[in-house]
Amino acid sequence: MATQVVISLCLPMFTPRQEVPRKDFCPPLRKTQTPGRLTWQGEVLGVQTPGFTAAVRLGAELLRNWYDHCAAWCGPVYLSSPCDDSLAGIFQAAGIQDIREYYYWDDQQRGVCLDKLLEDLEKAPERSVVVLSASAHYPTGADLSHNQWAVITELIMRRRLFPFLLLPPQALCYGNVERAAWPVHYCASQGMELLCAQSFSHCFGLYGEAVGHLLCVLKQNSLLLSVQSQAATIVKSLWAQPSAGGANIVATVLSNPAHVVEWKEEVKHIVERCMLIRELLRERLRLLGAPGCWDRLTQQSGLYCNTGLNEDQVEFLSQRRHVYLLPSGCLNVSAINGRNLDYIAESIHRALTTSL
Amino acid sequence: MSIFGEVPQAPPVAVFKLSADFREDSHPQKVNLGVGAYRTDECLPWVLPVVKKVEKLIVEDSSLNHEYLPILGLPEFRSASSKVALGDDCAAIKDNRVGGVQALGGTGALRIGAEFLRRWYNGVNNTATPVYVSAPTWENHNSVFADAGFKDIRPYHYWDAANRGLDLAGLLDDLEKAPEHSIFVLHACAHNPTGTDPTQEEWKKIAEIMKRRNLFVFFDSAYQGFASGSLDKDAWAIRYFVSEGFELFVAQSFSKNFGLYNERVGNLTIVAQDGENLTRILSQMEKIVRTTWSNPPSQGARIVSKTLNCPELFAEWKGNVKTMADRVLLMRDQLKGKLQALNTPGTWEHITQQIGMFSFTGLNPKQVEFMIKERHVYLMASGRINMCGLTSSNIDYVAQSIHDAVTKVQ
Repeated sequence: MATQVVISLCLPMFTPRQEVPRKDFCPPLRKTQTPGRLTWQGEVLGVQTPGFTAAVRLGAELLRNWYDHCAAWCGPVYLSSPCDDSLAGIFQAAGIQDIREYYYWDDQQRGVCLDKLLEDLEKAPERSVVVLSASAHYPTGADLSHNQWAVITELIMRRRLFPFLLLPPQALCYGNVERAAWPVHYCASQGMELLCAQSFSHCFGLYGEAVGHLLCVLKQNSLLLSVQSQAATIVKSLWAQPSAGGANIVATVLSNPAHVVEWKEEVKHIVERCMLIRELLRERLRLLGAPGCWDRLTQQSGLYCNTGLNEDQVEFLSQRRHVYLLPSGCLNVSAINGRNLDYIAESIHRALTTSL
Repeated sequence: MSIFGEVPQAPPVAVFKLSADFREDSHPQKVNLGVGAYRTDECLPWVLPVVKKVEKLIVEDSSLNHEYLPILGLPEFRSASSKVALGDDCAAIKDNRVGGVQALGGTGALRIGAEFLRRWYNGVNNTATPVYVSAPTWENHNSVFADAGFKDIRPYHYWDAANRGLDLAGLLDDLEKAPEHSIFVLHACAHNPTGTDPTQEEWKKIAEIMKRRNLFVFFDSAYQGFASGSLDKDAWAIRYFVSEGFELFVAQSFSKNFGLYNERVGNLTIVAQDGENLTRILSQMEKIVRTTWSNPPSQGARIVSKTLNCPELFAEWKGNVKTMADRVLLMRDQLKGKLQALNTPGTWEHITQQIGMFSFTGLNPKQVEFMIKERHVYLMASGRINMCGLTSSNIDYVAQSIHDAVTKVQ
């Protein structure tokens, strides 16, 4: 039941067809027509996993074992530059050693550089897997626009690449669950097959309960049972079954309309706080006369933000000001609050203006 | 054309298929003796009273939140778990050379241990190190070690079908002939699926050869407390090996003895030569966990930790475990008694000599088929039954069915 409701978060045009005995697998979903909504043919498989990493790992194992089986595929897998530094290790642990990067964040532009991204993907060998963040890109917070998605998916289809979407902090960007999942709908509506790793850590605050999900969109419904059975075989020797506690909470909330309303309000509260902090930080930096343009703070969304500070400046902040950022210059905006905002703004200002 | 077009349908897991067939069967007297979980005399799952109590305490505790656990897991869970396996007065623990890795069930603990050994044991990335599993064994042992990268997985003699007991001579012979540094997966107690364990004297012989031939000891401990009703008794083999100075792994599961099957609560206990070794081993374990599930789930671990670390709750838990073990022992006794009263051909001593959840009845595949098709009594093709599936309501019917199978089907 958990996976049924979770799939509907990404692909709301689906409704469950039947109950199945195994709670950790989703029954085949039937497509319902909604005027004006994106529609597509195909089948969806959902697998509950103990957390987001586990979902990525399962997807990686599925690909390594079964993607382009006759050609004994073993990569390459393309990750954005920068990305979550644990991703490469997960694909490698699944047996895929050929990990490459595609251009994503541009320091100069302080955003996504689409041209260079497309250039890199254009050169990718056919059958490469491309890992794309559906929303709230970690660690930059910089997301692709709808137009950019259209261009990228066109390239992916033309070059016969395979998309592996990441959706860890669904809804934490805009407070809107559907909006965050738009890229998943869109790819599916273009008739693409894809994998999508989801996490409920952030949007339910259930970090410690390891609630994750792997979505698999397939073209042919005849493949559903075989892919599902192979996923089960992989899971059996990794963790056998996923943990129930957190998934029960998520399923209970999502399958009760009153709870869903309450949940969406609470998520909105998180998002609004993050947006407020971004606004306030930007304003403080402007007032202090901190060099550079800080609009990106409010243009990016979600929990993380790329300050654009370089390594020396990041070190200055930790050594001299006791303000700790990731080495990439990214920070979690929710760690900023009324009591430390001034100190942090002042520290960033000093990092930028002190000659190092 | 789908990129998954070549994917073949994988065979279903036998025990789940059996349960599925059982569910679809509408016969009023059907019995499921294939289930791998404890059932009450009403044939229902049992949430341990102490678990219910502790769950409430956790929910009421406003100091708890849902932040990520450390990669290696909840510290108080790990230490308490290792202590329950190795004993309160374990010298190795006092020497600070015992560590734990919280894992997703016993399977997760086995997998992390297997991944570590494949990377760092007997050289670096030595996938050729032979891994020995008992014949028969829990079928997932093969998959776990194979998927961790080991290429050479072999059976060691264990079950003597003719005598319905342990094939000690065969086992010791395999130990003598195994290449040095081979890994042996040993069932700490309540061997699955045979229910047949070595005696203490037999364990001593096994340990002597393993030490002499530098074989690696990997215990699978899924039934501590469940087998005899005594935690200490069921851990005797593990504790003996530790006292003999072995460096070893123990994959522990709390699925059965806490009834926490779906919360995935396991622990990989590591006994290292010294604290410095342990530190380095744990650092590598962390790397492996990081790319598997990254941070383990907290719910089940909190329940176990709270219980093990509180004397009153610990005592209550031991009582709950004994309740389960005692019911199993009662069913064994009664089944044997009824078969003997029916004058069912053959000897049935093995039913009470075997220990734990499972019993290898000795029924052959044709007799098993008869049991399922004609009597709607479901058991594994190997003749394995789960004693927990027996209740005071169905035991007469099951005994009669076994009698019929043995007398009518050869």
